Amino acid sequence: MVFSPASSAALGLDPSSSQRPDALGRFGQFGGKYVPETLMPALSELEAAFYQYRNEPAFQQELDGLLRHYVGRATPLYFAERLTQHYARPDGSGAQIYLKREDLNHTGAHKINNALGQVLLAKRMGKRRIIAETGAGQHGVATATVCARFGLECIIYMGVHDMERQALNVFRMRLMGAEVRPVSAGTGTLKDATSEAIRDWVTNVETTHYILGSVAGPHPYPMLVRDFQAVIGRETRAQCLDTWGGLPDILLACVGGGSNAMGLFHEFVGEPSVRLIGIEAGGEGVDSEKHAATLTRGRVGVLHGAMSYLLQDDDGQVIEPHSISAGLDYPGVGPEHSYLKDAGRAEYYSITDQQALQAFQLLSRLEGIIPALETAHAIAYLDILCPQLSGSPRIVINCSGRGDKDMQTAAKLLNLGEA
Amino acid sequence: MPLFLALYNGGRSRMGQAMASVSSCMEALRDRGQCALIPFITAGDPNLETTAAALQVLDRSGADLIELGVPYSDPLADGPVIQAAATRALQQGTRLESVLEMLKTVSPQLQAPIVLFTYYNPILNRGFERFFQEIAAAGARGLVVPDLPLEEIEPLSKAATTAGIEVILLVAPTTPKERIALIAERSQGFIYLVSVTGVTGMRTQIESRVQELLTDLRSVTDKPIGVGFGISQPGQARQVMQWGADAVIVGSAFVKRLSEGTPQQGLQSIESFCRSLKTAILD
Repeated sequence: MVFSPASSAALGLDPSSSQRPDALGRFGQFGGKYVPETLMPALSELEAAFYQYRNEPAFQQELDGLLRHYVGRATPLYFAERLTQHYARPDGSGAQIYLKREDLNHTGAHKINNALGQVLLAKRMGKRRIIAETGAGQHGVATATVCARFGLECIIYMGVHDMERQALNVFRMRLMGAEVRPVSAGTGTLKDATSEAIRDWVTNVETTHYILGSVAGPHPYPMLVRDFQAVIGRETRAQCLDTWGGLPDILLACVGGGSNAMGLFHEFVGEPSVRLIGIEAGGEGVDSEKHAATLTRGRVGVLHGAMSYLLQDDDGQVIEPHSISAGLDYPGVGPEHSYLKDAGRAEYYSITDQQALQAFQLLSRLEGIIPALETAHAIAYLDILCPQLSGSPRIVINCSGRGDKDMQTAAKLLNLGEA
Repeated sequence: MPLFLALYNGGRSRMGQAMASVSSCMEALRDRGQCALIPFITAGDPNLETTAAALQVLDRSGADLIELGVPYSDPLADGPVIQAAATRALQQGTRLESVLEMLKTVSPQLQAPIVLFTYYNPILNRGFERFFQEIAAAGARGLVVPDLPLEEIEPLSKAATTAGIEVILLVAPTTPKERIALIAERSQGFIYLVSVTGVTGMRTQIESRVQELLTDLRSVTDKPIGVGFGISQPGQARQVMQWGADAVIVGSAFVKRLSEGTPQQGLQSIESFCRSLKTAILD
């Protein structure tokens, strides 16, 4: 798709604008606050607290210190030499592939960047009870971790189906003192866990902070989560500058709700030379009924408080998505991704379960890095992307999480010999 | 029937005449010094034939208005009872279209104005004009959208006005005073006061805070006030009426009764329950 500034301006789409979202929490037509009235004051309170503290030196200092000493930032920008060779042309030219190693964060994924930022906000807002939803369990683990660190009560809502396929993460959360509440409504996945977390928040809003884990949900969450994750892109810019003295050419990340992608993209949205590519979960294929490719196949709708693209049927009922990766198994997507798609600023494609599983093995064997199944979707797109490229562009992939949590799922699907 | 009698009935006569609007129904009750009873049921649970029968049962058993819930896949504001009812209704294949077809057949026989309760996405998906034209044609007079706060109502309010549908807004225990005034000003028919910080469902006690909330609301508006969420017993309904509510809304307790046993048993159960609530709120 060609990005035409003239037509986009007419639509009020200006991705280079720094004022995003607007005062009502809108990214173009997307975003907003579609929640029960009970939550409206809490959202205003959260927004006010965020604006108050985000530029306060003491807050920034505490957050930066914890990101460095507790989380282990900055994460490396790693040149994936053998993966690069794998995709090289016969003459040796081809994409130069770098991995932004968010998998090396404490707890094994990018999710802790946001959980830590929000828990510091909650503390300042005087909320002692924390709730969160989780799909793959990475956000649940990150939340349980920061709650343990700050001595806060922690309740994690998780779909029963996800509890089964991410049993290891359930144990980790419990070990750190969190209560994991199973959600059996719907298909027992992330969508249902999110609904249940929102119901808890409606009920306990006066004492509770909801640490939403993605750039989804009602305003101010898409903005707030993005800004806490934007450290990924800021570091990437500095590391690219250090390594080759310029910008990356292509950024590649997987998209469920879209927090790791937004965290990487945000710093570069205003850099027109940088291609932004998000990869959704194609499940058993986007032409089947079993996928989670919201931006590829969805229509504009409202879920969990935000207007965005949405997988829905002719009646506006939300469709149960499917993906091999619990973290991408979501029928909605963050509103800013919908905006970037419609503005032509970012491109979104999908990868099937099978393709992701192959990439999961490829990265493990070539680089000794076992990616999360979510991350494997972004890796898998190299198969499609690399043959389309000319020259030797520099690609940065957000290696958003490590695959330890996926061993059970992978072992069931891959035959690697008898134990 | 002589013309003057029909007029005297305020448009509430049976057989094909348009049922009253939500606001005129509420005004008429207030003039008589009565508190309105508003039962809620989920359309399509256990099936639409039963829903149609239930609307008629409630209409003749003391319901002054009836709230009809359109089942939705992700009912954020609902507790376990109404969630489960919506899931069952959707599994039965209940669709907005079939709910409206059913309502179109039944509504001419009802005196109680019908208020539809639906989440926002099905409205957005259908398109505002089409949605409001269709629900008006089916005989609905009011609409409650639990996930649509004041800030987001503008896009649909024009289509609602054109179709003659009154949009009822909600006030929660957490709503600040200055915001209560803004919501009260925009709400049509009545103001829906959510009596608990929480989702729909039966509670053993009604928070005494409701009384203060009613006083707060009363100080900024003359519009009727309906209290709902958590009221499940005649004694609670009476309490809320005595605190000054113009309407008492009872949901999960009806949905639960209607879903127990055979449809026939469910209908009998909601009939006697509706009468007992009505008796409790008549002085």
